[in-house]
Amino acid sequence: MLAVKGLRANVGGKEILRGLDFSVGPGEVHAIMGPNGSGKSTFAHVLSGREGYEVTAGSATFEGQDLLTLEPEERAQLGLFLAFQYPVELPGVNNTYFLKAALNSILKARGEPELDAVSFLRLIKEKLKILHLDDSLLKRAVNAGFSGGEKKRNEIFQMALLEPKLAILDETDSGLDIDALRVVADGVNALRSPERSMIVVTHYQRLLDYIQPDVVHVLSKGRIIRSGGKELALELEEKGYGWIDAEGQAA
Amino acid sequence: MTSAQAVDDIVGSEYEHGFTTDIASETFPPGLDEGVVRAISARKGEPEFMTEWRLKAYRHWLTMREPAWAAVYYPKIDFQSISYFSAPKRPEDMPKSLDEIDPILLDTYNKLGIPLEEQKALAGIAVDAVFDSVSVATTFRKSLAEAGVIFCSISEAVHDYPELIQQHLGSVVPHTDNYYAGLNAAVYSDGTFVYVPKGVRCPMELSTYFRINARNTGQFERTLIVAEAGSYVSYLEGCTAPQRDENQLHAAVVELIAMEDAEIKYSTVQNWYPGDAQGKGGIYNFVTKRGDCRGARSKISWTQVETGSAITWKYPSCLLRGDGSVGEFYSVAVTKGRQQADTGTKMIHIGKNTSSTIVSKGISAGEGTQTYRGLVRIGPRAEGARNHTQCDSLLIGDRCSANTFPYIEVKHPSANMEHEATTSKISDDQLFYCRSRGLTEEDAVSMIVNGFCKEVFNELPMEFAVEAQKLLSISLEGAVG
Ligand SMILES: Nc1ncnc2c1ncn2[C@@H]1O[C@H](COP(=O)(O)OP(=O)(O)O)[C@@H](O)[C@H]1O
Ligand SMILES: [Mg+2]
Repeated sequence: MLAVKGLRANVGGKEILRGLDFSVGPGEVHAIMGPNGSGKSTFAHVLSGREGYEVTAGSATFEGQDLLTLEPEERAQLGLFLAFQYPVELPGVNNTYFLKAALNSILKARGEPELDAVSFLRLIKEKLKILHLDDSLLKRAVNAGFSGGEKKRNEIFQMALLEPKLAILDETDSGLDIDALRVVADGVNALRSPERSMIVVTHYQRLLDYIQPDVVHVLSKGRIIRSGGKELALELEEKGYGWIDAEGQAA
Repeated sequence: MTSAQAVDDIVGSEYEHGFTTDIASETFPPGLDEGVVRAISARKGEPEFMTEWRLKAYRHWLTMREPAWAAVYYPKIDFQSISYFSAPKRPEDMPKSLDEIDPILLDTYNKLGIPLEEQKALAGIAVDAVFDSVSVATTFRKSLAEAGVIFCSISEAVHDYPELIQQHLGSVVPHTDNYYAGLNAAVYSDGTFVYVPKGVRCPMELSTYFRINARNTGQFERTLIVAEAGSYVSYLEGCTAPQRDENQLHAAVVELIAMEDAEIKYSTVQNWYPGDAQGKGGIYNFVTKRGDCRGARSKISWTQVETGSAITWKYPSCLLRGDGSVGEFYSVAVTKGRQQADTGTKMIHIGKNTSSTIVSKGISAGEGTQTYRGLVRIGPRAEGARNHTQCDSLLIGDRCSANTFPYIEVKHPSANMEHEATTSKISDDQLFYCRSRGLTEEDAVSMIVNGFCKEVFNELPMEFAVEAQKLLSISLEGAVG
């Protein structure tokens, strides 16, 4: 599904990703953990095509296609989705309208028929039900004046609607209280399927109590320094990031 | 034959006939003097009062100077190089089908999603519509007549309702008002007259499509709308124009009169040719629009979406004379490429407890420059006056500019004034967010811009709002990057 090899990338002239190797198979859920500043968001942004990141070496392929040469919207159209660590506000842009335009843009690019207003609303209702969300968010402008929890829920809702093949969740858990965290985690779990892979980026082990990953990776200074099962997350929780930083140094 | 060729042929042939002898010509040769003013009046078969009205305006205009205070720059206009009259084409000269219409124009219509029948009307194919500088026909007249509403061309009104014209024409914008208004009064080509009798709610939205399609012909429309006590009318004005080479002057005058408890809603979607990438060939749009809230509790709202023209000079205004009268101005103006706009409004509070609302949304892209110029004047008798002004600018790219000049004059201590102004840019974060959801950069820009303009679009009649949004998207195509 996703294969990243020897990826190096600079931001503002500084090398942040330093030879990153990483791969995800269909239906798998991978967790990436790492201290602040280790390059987690940078990795997510490079994968989704944000400008301002200079890839200097390595490759990233998605279902055999070279991701790095594509525009962000082309990646989305292929089935890549990024749930933002800091979702962006679009004042005046109605959430429902935004989602319909996004979904239809993706369908159009795939040569599939676009949805009319009625079938779109039906789809929205269905997704709201799966996620146990109410429809109050739909009438508002995209993320404008949303609370932290609402923004994160809205990201999950967008993911549910756009049905990506690979979703990257960048610290979707940070800043959420335990109830909000549960809502988000339930949403993610509801969207797990053999056709959908996920990369769950998190700073804390806490989220992994709710979302069971197949593989846990530890990112430090722009490289995956360890990969393992769920027990790696627990070990990390116990020993703290100092532990891997020390190891990263040694490595 | 294309319509451009047809115009060439007509113009070419007119020179042979000569001007002084043939007032029946389709298009007058360029130039302006008293003879031309008389000829326009004669050609339109006007009663003497109208001829005199024009001549008085012309003589005064000769003493006036072109305004130079607006922040717009353009080569000096040679008023003697303009042709001041162009008759409607005869049915046999009109295009018979859309195949004969300028493909660029059709492309614009299609992008706007204008239905085929309406496209024909807009393109001047024998359907009821207003085109060129003379009103050829007006639509829906019958059902309006049943309601007692008069909706016709100014020329017809001059013949059929001379008392109303004599009473109201020039009573809001006198010929002495400004240079372009003076010129318009002298040579106005045609326009629209609306009269809504006492207590009548006009049964439909009134719309007129203006279109400039005769080369080198200055356009001098004149619109007069009178709403008697307790009446209501909503008027829509919109236009699109084909590409052309020469700059074209458009100096319209719009006068609105609202009596006691009457309400006039005037909406404009303006999309004239803005010129090529160098700004060459676009329309100069120098318009005087003013509403007179003459009666107590009357209300006038201006809503405008301005995306076209090379140069726009326009300040739809309200005179709030009646006690408790209300003035509103909702505006979206887009400048891109080399477009220049100096626009805004004036709210003149004269009566007691008058209130006004100004919402101005300016969007600049490319090397567009835009100036908002708003005047709110609270007169010495305007006790309890209120104004709320919100003036937002959105910049796309870093070569464009936006300026805001709010002028406030308060002569009564009880005035309640609020002013808010913001300038923002479309952020990279916003663009990336949209694109990561599968939207193209252009879709993202148009969505963000439409969101920015929402408060104004909400004021437009539904169908017009949809058209305005599309227009905005089209006009910002390629604005980023
Ligand atoms: N636009 C930028 N310009 C310069 N440095 C940046 C920029 N964005 C991120 N960085 C730096 O890159 C490093 C990794 O940041 P980030 O990927 O956000 O880490 P994480 O998500 O793991 O906390 C940090 O040192 C951060 O300061
Ligand atoms: Mg981060």
